[in-house]
Amino acid sequence: MRVILAEDLYLLRDGMTRMLQAYDFDIVAAVDNGPDLLEALVREKPDVAVVDVRMPPTFTDEGLQAALQARRTVPGLPVLVLSQYVEQLYARELLADGKGAVGYLLKDRVFDSDQFIDAVRRVAGGATVVDPEVIAKLLTHNERKGPLSELTPREREVLSLMAEGRSNVAIAERLFVTERAISKYTSNIFAKLGLPPSDDDNRRVLAVIAYLQG
Amino acid sequence: MSGPTATSTPPVPVPWRDRIGERLTAMGRGAALYLVTFEAVAAFIAVVFAVTLLGIGVGVLLVPPAVIALRRVADRRRRLARAWQGIEVPSPYRPEPAELRDGVAGRVRYCLWALTDPATWRDLLWSFSDPFVGGALALIPLALVLEGIYGFVLTALWGPLTRAGFDDWYLFVHVTPANASFAWATSVVGAVLIVTGIGCAPALLRANGRWTRKMLAPTAAAAMARRVQHLTETRADAVDTSAAELRRIERDLHDGAQSRLVAMGMTLNAAARLLERDPDAARSLLLEARDSSARALTELRDLVRGIHPPVLADRGLVDAVRALALDSALAVEVTADPIGRLEAPIEAAAYFAIAEVLTNAAKHARTERVRVEIRHGDGVLRLTVTDDGVGGASASAGTGLRGIERRLATFDGTVAVSSPLGGPTVVIMELPCASSLPRTSTSSGTA
Repeated sequence: MRVILAEDLYLLRDGMTRMLQAYDFDIVAAVDNGPDLLEALVREKPDVAVVDVRMPPTFTDEGLQAALQARRTVPGLPVLVLSQYVEQLYARELLADGKGAVGYLLKDRVFDSDQFIDAVRRVAGGATVVDPEVIAKLLTHNERKGPLSELTPREREVLSLMAEGRSNVAIAERLFVTERAISKYTSNIFAKLGLPPSDDDNRRVLAVIAYLQG
Repeated sequence: MSGPTATSTPPVPVPWRDRIGERLTAMGRGAALYLVTFEAVAAFIAVVFAVTLLGIGVGVLLVPPAVIALRRVADRRRRLARAWQGIEVPSPYRPEPAELRDGVAGRVRYCLWALTDPATWRDLLWSFSDPFVGGALALIPLALVLEGIYGFVLTALWGPLTRAGFDDWYLFVHVTPANASFAWATSVVGAVLIVTGIGCAPALLRANGRWTRKMLAPTAAAAMARRVQHLTETRADAVDTSAAELRRIERDLHDGAQSRLVAMGMTLNAAARLLERDPDAARSLLLEARDSSARALTELRDLVRGIHPPVLADRGLVDAVRALALDSALAVEVTADPIGRLEAPIEAAAYFAIAEVLTNAAKHARTERVRVEIRHGDGVLRLTVTDDGVGGASASAGTGLRGIERRLATFDGTVAVSSPLGGPTVVIMELPCASSLPRTSTSSGTA
């Protein structure tokens, strides 16, 4: 799988390069600033890009801007954005185009290499992966307002796992219930949130996230 | 009741009824202002009396209260200037000495403070001269109108009045039994006087305002002295605040990330020793160390967020407030001018002020809807936070608002709160700041 890596700290870039190579990824470019990243993304059109938000030249949200712009040029280009902080505002901007194949995770998540690599693969496969911390914030702050208040605790749990990009099978495994039970929960959730049911995992998550944030 | 400014340049024709109403209001205010001169004269007499008693010592005790009474009168007049004449007249006084009134030396010093402030002497000059100049100007319209009414009275009753010994001259009209048929002339002159009186009322009220400002506003030197005083106070506040902030950060680091790293080092050390003998235990220690590092990261993240929020650094005030709104437990609606980047300290001050107001609203307002408005124009950044909660907030009651006031004062910013019981609460914060670089919040990607 061809991957582009953007990270300005040498140690992290080096470490992630080795980790990705260990999992048989083919690193086509490893860049350390925004303009180079944008150029590489548009030129190489990789299967997935792993991008740090804060990079030179301005050390603000270079990586995010480059990713957003690349996706305007190459719609649906899979990008996994990493950051020291997760912000709902940025998650919303990443998800706004509704094309999926987007991830937004805390940098700490690379500690657990299996889970991290799994997230990279899922983003490459078109899924939406949002950091649990973003989801947790959304859920706690929306507890008392909006349609989320109508969900049962169990339904919330299912919703947050869905937003993390997990399939019904994975959610069922995680909660020790059958897949059928999960699909019942999901259709309940969609009914309560007023979303038409659909078979496409990714689309559903996008719809839910967009709904929560809209 | 829009004061004299409304009469100067009406862009659309104002209904005549309103125009006359305005002029009558101006006349009434002018007359009321004349009443203030009596107070001023009384205070003048009190101060002069106290000063003359300085020779026998009692004056030392009497001067300060007399001067303070005079200042109260003058301050009332300054407030009236703002309310009725739309003229801002700041107070020019030096602050009271910090330690006070104990023993003879303290009394003398207090008295000296009252007497050496140049503003005291300017106040005296004003209180003495106002009845003849400013007050007189303001009274002219009403005097003209009353004289005019007397003209009408004379026409009707000149016979009985002159017989009763009243003056038979009315201005330049001499009414005698010989020209009794011209008695209507006093009515004509009276009408002219009334019209003139009402007509010139706003102009004279404005003239009075200019006079008042000249007499009561601080001189350039006094204004400078106050400025220095203000800067000294706010600088002290700023230093205190940042020192407290540094201590908090130091404590957080010490109790949080730092101690976690120590624990992590120890865990790793133990794991290294167990590696050969008990690989399973070593593995679980390593996992523990990993979790520890994750927790340390979380704590550092929260700390940094409190020092300088990432979105604020990345995108500036507006997007940072939007992010804040998304994270808030309240439903916060943000409307903003595209203001680009401001100076970093201003951005931070504005951001934390809004954050504090939102926290207050979440805690006390018992509401779920808040509106935040960010406007920038004429060199002023204006932040308005409105909630439809229970109201009853005030800067004096809550430490939160007081803290915001102090924080913004460092930048010459101000906080105004309107919060009647039952709501809504409106907090308006203003910060003077120069126009920003034309870099908007979303154009940073193409460099």
